[in-house]
Amino acid sequence: MAKRALAAAAVVGLMIAAAYAGFFIAPEEKSMHVLQRIFYFHAATAWAGEMAFGVCFFANLMYVWRRKEQWDWLGVSAAEVGLAFITVVLITGPIWAKPAWGIWWTWDARLTSTFVLWLLYISYLVLRTMIEEPDRKALLSALFGIFAFIDVPIVFGAIRWWRTQHPKPVVMGGADSGLEPTMAKVFFFSVFALHALMAFLIAERYRLERMRSEVEVIRREAEAV
Amino acid sequence: MPAGLRLENIEKRYGGLYALRKVSLIIAPGECVVLAGRNGSGKTTLLRVAARLVRPSSGKLTFFSSARDEVATEVRPGFVAHTIMAYDELTAEENLRLFAQLRGLKNAAARVDVLLQEVGLAERRSSLVRTFSRGMRQRVAIACALLNEPGVLLLDEPATGLDPHGIAWLVETLRQLRDGGCTILMSLHGESEISGLGTRAIRLDAGSVIADTRTGATFRTILTFADA
Amino acid sequence: MSLLSNTSALLGKEVRTEFRSRELLMTTVIFILIVIVLFSFTFDPTSDESRRFGSGLLWLAFLFAASLMLQPCFLREQHNDTLSALRLSVSDPFAIFLAKLIANTLFLLLTELLLLPIFSTMYNVPVLPVLHWLVLVFFLGSLGICVVGTALSAISAQARMRELLLPLLMLPLLTPILVASTEVTKSLLDRNPFVQWKGVEIVAVFDVVFLTALWLFGEYLLEE
Repeated sequence: MAKRALAAAAVVGLMIAAAYAGFFIAPEEKSMHVLQRIFYFHAATAWAGEMAFGVCFFANLMYVWRRKEQWDWLGVSAAEVGLAFITVVLITGPIWAKPAWGIWWTWDARLTSTFVLWLLYISYLVLRTMIEEPDRKALLSALFGIFAFIDVPIVFGAIRWWRTQHPKPVVMGGADSGLEPTMAKVFFFSVFALHALMAFLIAERYRLERMRSEVEVIRREAEAV
Repeated sequence: MPAGLRLENIEKRYGGLYALRKVSLIIAPGECVVLAGRNGSGKTTLLRVAARLVRPSSGKLTFFSSARDEVATEVRPGFVAHTIMAYDELTAEENLRLFAQLRGLKNAAARVDVLLQEVGLAERRSSLVRTFSRGMRQRVAIACALLNEPGVLLLDEPATGLDPHGIAWLVETLRQLRDGGCTILMSLHGESEISGLGTRAIRLDAGSVIADTRTGATFRTILTFADA
Repeated sequence: MSLLSNTSALLGKEVRTEFRSRELLMTTVIFILIVIVLFSFTFDPTSDESRRFGSGLLWLAFLFAASLMLQPCFLREQHNDTLSALRLSVSDPFAIFLAKLIANTLFLLLTELLLLPIFSTMYNVPVLPVLHWLVLVFFLGSLGICVVGTALSAISAQARMRELLLPLLMLPLLTPILVASTEVTKSLLDRNPFVQWKGVEIVAVFDVVFLTALWLFGEYLLEE
């Protein structure tokens, strides 16, 4: 209990520090000014969200190989946390785009691909609700999760190619467009903070899933009697 | 070639529920075993595990030939399930030909002809299985199970829905197979002409073996207890 | 080779069954036709507009049609538990998938080619000069749709609400096919047609990747 509270405090501390750095330490950007600061949060959240899906993929592979329910718990926890982070990315993108371009959505390559990624993981979670028996649910969703993950690079590649045919404004030049050293430090600190948040949330969700699974077992045994 | 079955600590869990709890059994080549038990006792699961359709949560299944130490991994048991496991939209002959081809049987066509004769479906070979009566559908199922002359035959309540004529035919067919040395494991509900064929009986309850004629129980108690 | 002979035996069964009833082919053709007609009500197609939007329309229609056509794929193997019969008989479970996905690709391609002349006529888009390229794109795209769709229909057959679930699972996964195939088709239908090889490459990569994934993981999809 104390360990969890400590971890939570540490994560909150990191997030506050990252926010402070983003607003007060990083120098102001030439063209976008204050608005650009959302980039530290937006891009770092995207990275952490994608890392969560990587964790989900690993958990899916391990489940198919080992068939231990713990891997299933990790998979669904990582997927839900990843989905939450990606939702934030999809919301902060337009928040930046509206004042910058005057429109909410630009179908820019990265945002569009991220939206497809979001849809894939929604499908993963919906699939899970449509299968009742726990072992089937775990196996079939793990297999779908594997298919979804290997699709992701192809989705990004295809949409990026498509966008080269029909160029549109790019939401946030991002890490590719060279960052000034202080900005880079602030950015990577944000990345670290958000990954810490991601790990903490996955751990909490895992704990919840473990308890839920235990309750389910008891319920099924009671019903069988 | 008759084969035996060895189940070691076979367990099957569905979520928190155990369909089979650490079942260990050895069925010798040539035995004709009757598996009795209430609905939900695990008979079907056990048969499906033996047929290699269901992957056990833990434990090991092996087949062996008469020479006890030889592990015969190429054994493909024949399986007659609750459903006929054949295509309604194909004819009896087409079904048998398809499964014979899939199993890589040499002289598939000839084997199919022989089987159709043996199960008495030669007249109706070109009729769609959809048009068959329950008794005839069961014959199709048995023909499919016997395609590769299996050393082990597994049957899940094979008499269900059969009329007396059908049951008589089934008893005779199984008797011939048993006398020919085929190992048979079949689940039944209670005493009947079919259970009379058995050389051994086992009772399952809640996924565990609770009685075995091998270890002293009598046929009668195992089979009638099943109806309680 | 066992995989090859198993696959051809099963493919024979799939084709024979379909040509006896023709239900899948018929309903798929009619569905795509309805989509094509209805779409024409949503904008007034001049030849130039048709060239721009027509490929998107076609591929969307193909995707939706496929998500309906692939529903029965594994669902009907539940009747009489024939899936268990197949699993007991084949030496390599991948043969079951391979046969079904080849059959599905052929059926889908057949319906697409049947509807191409109708689309061409109704939308005033000439297709004959680029027919062979169109067939190539249709084939590669349909193959991708059917590899993924066949695998997913094995999953949805075991779940609830499968009629909605299959499209829900399929469509996001098939985004690269939609994007790349539409783009390539659009260039082929252009006034100055040309082949966008990069797009073809993306579809081909998709096909290879998912065929490999199905080969690696297929047997787990059928597990009990």
